[in-house]
Amino acid sequence: MNQTQNILDDTKKQNAKKLMLEIVDLRKSFGDNHVLNGFNLELFEGENLVIMGKSGSGKSVMIKCLVGLMQADSGSIKVMGKDITKLNRVELDNIRTEIGFLFQGNALYDSMTVRENLEFPLRRHKKKLENINDTTLLVIEALESVGLAHAINLMPSELSGGMKKRIALARALILKPKIILYDEPTSGLDPITSKEIIELMRRVQKQYKTSSLIITHDVDCARVVSERMILLVDGTNYAEGTFNELALSNDEQVKVFFK
Amino acid sequence: MHKNSAIKSFFIEIGELIYFAGRFFKEVFSRPFEFKELLRQCYNIGNRSILLIGVTGFIIGLVLTLQTRPTLQEFGAESWMPSMVSISIIREIGPVIIALTFAGRIASGIGAELGSMRVTEQIDAMEVSGTNPFKFLVITRILAATIMLPILVIFGDAIALYGSYIIENAKGDVSFVLYFNKVFKTLEFSDLIPATIKTFFFGFAIGLVGCFKGYNCKKGTVGVGKAANSAVVYASMLLFILDFIAVFITDIFFEI
Repeated sequence: MNQTQNILDDTKKQNAKKLMLEIVDLRKSFGDNHVLNGFNLELFEGENLVIMGKSGSGKSVMIKCLVGLMQADSGSIKVMGKDITKLNRVELDNIRTEIGFLFQGNALYDSMTVRENLEFPLRRHKKKLENINDTTLLVIEALESVGLAHAINLMPSELSGGMKKRIALARALILKPKIILYDEPTSGLDPITSKEIIELMRRVQKQYKTSSLIITHDVDCARVVSERMILLVDGTNYAEGTFNELALSNDEQVKVFFK
Repeated sequence: MHKNSAIKSFFIEIGELIYFAGRFFKEVFSRPFEFKELLRQCYNIGNRSILLIGVTGFIIGLVLTLQTRPTLQEFGAESWMPSMVSISIIREIGPVIIALTFAGRIASGIGAELGSMRVTEQIDAMEVSGTNPFKFLVITRILAATIMLPILVIFGDAIALYGSYIIENAKGDVSFVLYFNKVFKTLEFSDLIPATIKTFFFGFAIGLVGCFKGYNCKKGTVGVGKAANSAVVYASMLLFILDFIAVFITDIFFEI
């Protein structure tokens, strides 16, 4: 009986997905403005987690704390088991290579070509990718995954909004991260390009087997990509569940997001 | 009340600038070194300023000679012209005016460039990609300004002396060899060395202020304009303060 129980436990452990991101009781204030009030989050391996919230609800602050661009007042942020609030600069830089970040405004380096933009993260962290000496191959591979291999020598100013978003995604993927953070991936794009980006996000996740944390206002985007959602209200988790569970909720605050 | 808060924010900014400079000295000697980017910045900064500095130097030489000549002529002392012009250009006018021109060109350029990178999250993107943006953007630019300004000042001084020679040649029929013989006879190392050393400090101050303003830029595109503008104002003010200190110290050691 005990042996059977042990086997069951082992199987459970094997099936249990690895925790990629864990935020516990995150708090951040700017003077009297309490932006995050005990926010919690868990992101598992291969999962797509969407965070929705109104402007000023603390989404951007949360994501900046998550990659160490901002210091939280209290709480813990664990990326693949390591508390990033306790890491030194070198350790933090190393853990950052496991995180791809797609910025809302793309943040492409406008003095560099597309190739140089993609090569930039490889300058210091090429050794992370074993057996790869030719950065050009990596750049072309990343560009092909977003369907823009022909744009390799263009400058960011020569690209359309959708192309910029794709190149930014290719740059986020170049170090083959295990986690990708998307900050409003469809904002500022027309509906057709938005759909293309959403489709691309799904394709990339399958190809690179990443876990994704997506911050968005876009209900269509959330519906297509989310496996689980968190609604962020006043800096704390207001509601959690699948898209359908939340979309069918009778709570007035939840309904607002799905109108 | 408003006056108090303005004074307070001024001193806070001075404190932040000192902290920024401290961070520069802390990180400049630690690995990894960005040599390639440093060379690129040296080329950019030199290339962007060389024409302006050449023209400025040439006009300094022309104007100084043209305006001084009648007075010297009154005393029959035209032959002193190369000595007088070379000492004033090498010791003071050359370094200060060229550094001010450089500040207008480079401090504002760095302020605007880093400021726009800050507001468009490009600096954050560098940070997130595991590269230290302070090393890549700030240290390389400050070092490049520190290295390039002395070179540009020597170049500008040479052009200024050539401009002076052109006037002397046109008005007094002085030959190139005679003019520059007099210049080199007059000039001593005690003229050249302190003047060159202070230009390293000028270059450092210009790079530091430009980077400080740009790197800490806030409030969107309006902030970028403010960063570029205030970088020039602060850098120019700092130049005059440093020049005063440099002249003071030179006076102690070399008895001008």
